This record gives sequence, structure tokens and C-alpha cells, in this order.
Amino acid sequence: MKAMKFKRFLITAAIVAAAYLLQCTVFSNLELAGVKPNLLIIVTASFGFMRGPREGMLVGFAAGLMTDIQFGDMIGFYALIYLLAGFVNGLFERLYFDEDIKLPLFLIAVSEFIYGIIIYLLMFLLRSDFNFLYYLNRIIIPELIYTIVITLGLYPLILFINHRLEAEEKRSASKFV
Amino acid sequence: MKKKNQASATNRYLVIGLSLFCILMMVLSSFSDVAGGPFKVLANVTVIPLQQGINQVGGWLGDMSDNFETLKQVRSENEKLQEQVDSLITENNYLQSERYELERLQELYQLDSNYAEYEKTAAHVIGKDSGNWFSTFTIDKGSMDGIEVDMNVMAGSGLVGIVVETGPTWAKVRSIIDDSSNVSGMVLSTSDRCIVSGDLSLMSDGQIRFEQMENNENQVSVGDQIVTSYISDKYLQGILIGYVSEVTVDSNNLTRSGYITPAVDFKNIQEVLVITATKAEMTGENQEE
Repeated sequence: MKAMKFKRFLITAAIVAAAYLLQCTVFSNLELAGVKPNLLIIVTASFGFMRGPREGMLVGFAAGLMTDIQFGDMIGFYALIYLLAGFVNGLFERLYFDEDIKLPLFLIAVSEFIYGIIIYLLMFLLRSDFNFLYYLNRIIIPELIYTIVITLGLYPLILFINHRLEAEEKRSASKFV
Repeated sequence: MKKKNQASATNRYLVIGLSLFCILMMVLSSFSDVAGGPFKVLANVTVIPLQQGINQVGGWLGDMSDNFETLKQVRSENEKLQEQVDSLITENNYLQSERYELERLQELYQLDSNYAEYEKTAAHVIGKDSGNWFSTFTIDKGSMDGIEVDMNVMAGSGLVGIVVETGPTWAKVRSIIDDSSNVSGMVLSTSDRCIVSGDLSLMSDGQIRFEQMENNENQVSVGDQIVTSYISDKYLQGILIGYVSEVTVDSNNLTRSGYITPAVDFKNIQEVLVITATKAEMTGENQEE
């Protein structure tokens, strides 16, 4: 059982690290309309509604912290945003079914949208930059669309890995019973 | 049921605890650099080496997509460039003669502010900001290679940005097109000072803004060079920022503002040059002499 938990931890960490690395290396070169998708919010939200609030927030915290260390002005800012995103998505675990792709898409889209709004509010509005519609059209909406497109490919992959892990966990649990 | 309640209670404590931790770290890191120290080392052993590897793949992919886009443009561009080469050769001859004159005059004035003399070290860009809002990137040299905070970063002949954070083997650079960046610049020909600030809304057009240039009798026209000014305490003097693309007199009639086309193509930065001397060091040395 313990080995299983360790394995899950390792695989989760690998997924977060991979998403982060792709985000700031490969996808920087694959910008469309001047924006790149937000893989971290996909991973954070997915783990939230697939695995519950605790894993969602830990994944979000790790993802945000890495962003903070390398690109943030202060440590803890992105970590807090992703942490809360993971937690809130975790609250939807109850409504979530594997076969349904509408809810995940909806949740990820809403998370991404709110993420954009929060960044605007905290980083731009507070510097008295009121050009909200511009930022909405230029960044928030394109990023949202690109992220959803990427979700269609990335989410089934995360789901598949999660299925495999859960099946394995069940098997090793039934051995002891 | 009870167990479930218990689990959600611990979750709640966990989220509150971690949030408090985040807020604490934010407060700490905005007051001092100490808080970030351990995290930098953490990043150094985990993501940085991987980034260095993956980035080569990313660059390759980017090149591929660029190839498709540009194939058509290349032919028409080639013709245009050929014409340009011809005109440039004549212009070059003319400039050469002017340069000799300039050198002579510089000797006369004993000016040595030419930035070709600054010592530089090359570095690769290994990661770009993960979001779309800001324009910072990381390079693959850090404090172990002698990189320090406030060192100026160039690419080709123009200013790219400034080092704002260093780890052992990496450094974070904020580019001058970043929305939170301000540089004190001046017009090369007239030495009129202005503030050059990045703007997110201009980033897609590849332009930056300048403002607060005195509205005096000096003519500033499109195409004039803007370089870093002599009053900045962080940017070394005389590094090319870009060329004026538009200039207007503000409604108060006292100042002028406008737009600059940067000398550097910020979309495709792969290698940068870091000037291994900060302005603080240089002016400090001058005082000792």
C-alpha cells in the first residue's frame, strides 16, 4: 500500500514537472496569436476534480511555486492562485464522472478564465491600468481558447494515467483483504 | 460519514495553512531576498537542467513552424533585400568615412563610453515566462558564472533587459518590453532624455513607448536612435534601445512622447550577451580613481 502511494506521488510529480517544462520551453515557441496555453491550470484542475481537494491543492501549490521561483516577482503569489484553483476544483469531485468530458472542459475553462481575471486585477488594475477590454481580447480569451484546445488532447492522457493507477491500487488493496 | 467530514476538515486546515504560508512568503520576499534563497537552489537541481535540454527541442519545433510560415515570404524578401544591399553598400561607404571622423573626434574628447568596450559573456535563453502577461526569461548562466543582479543584457546590438534575479546556474532577465519595465533613455543625436517603458498592449506590435521628453527646439524625427541615458543608475550609458517610429507633442505642450521600434527582435531571442559589469561597479571605480 505504501509503495503504491509512493508510486502515485512520483507519477504525479512527474506530470506536474513535465507540464511546467513544456509550458516554458516548447510552448514558448508554439505561440498562436501571441499567447501560449496554460498547461499548469489544466493539470491542477484535472487533479482537483479527479482526486479531490487535497491532491488538487498540492499539485497546484507545487506548480505555482515553480512559476514563482523562476518567473514571479515574489514567492507565493502564483502558488496561492493555483493552490486555491486546485482546492475549488476539488470540491467538484462529487459531480465528476469519468465518461463525461463536458464537466472537466467547463471547469478548466472557468478556472482559466478566473485565473486571467485575477492576474489582471492584481497585477494591472492595482497599477491603475483600466484597459480591461483590451486585455480580455488580447490575452484572456485567446489563452482560454488555446487552453481548451490543448485540454482536448492532454486531459484524456491524464485521465488514462489516473485510470491505470487506480486499477493498480485496487488490485494491491484487494490482495490484503 | 464521520470519516468523510474529518477528511474535509483536514483539507480545510491544509488549504488555510498553505495559503497562510504563501502570504507569508509573499510578504517576506517583497521585503528581503532571504526568503527566495532555498527555493532558488531547489530550482537549480530540479527544473533548470531539464529546461536546458528541452529548450533545444522547443527551439527546433519553433524553427520548423517558422519555416512553413516564411517560405513564401522569403522569395519576395530576397529581391527586396538585394536592392537594399546595393543601397546599403553606398551608405556604408559614406558611414565609414564618417566613422573615421568620429574616432578622431572621440580621441579628442577622450570619450570611452562606446559600449563595444564593455566586457560581455554569452548565454542561452532556456525558458520563457510561463504566462502571457509578462515578458521575463531565464538564461543558462548564474552567479557561479559571475552573473549578478542589475547586469545589462544585450542581443546583437540592442538592449534586451536587465538581470533581476540570479540562481547558481541560472538568472532571470526582465526584458525592456515587459509591462513593468522602465528605462531612462535619450536621443543619441540631441541627448534629450526620456523614459522608455514597456507596454503589454504594444508588445504584439513589437513596439515600446517613450514619454516625458522635453519639448524643446531640438528636432526629433522618425528613425532617430534612442540609447540608454547617462543618468540611469542601472543601465550603462549608450546602449542602443531602438529607433523612434512615431513622435507627438503631448497636450500639455511641455513634453513629447511616442513609440520606439526596439533594435532587438524579442520574438526570437535565443542567445544573449550579458555585460559583466554593473553600472554601480563602474561608477564606484571611477570615484576611486
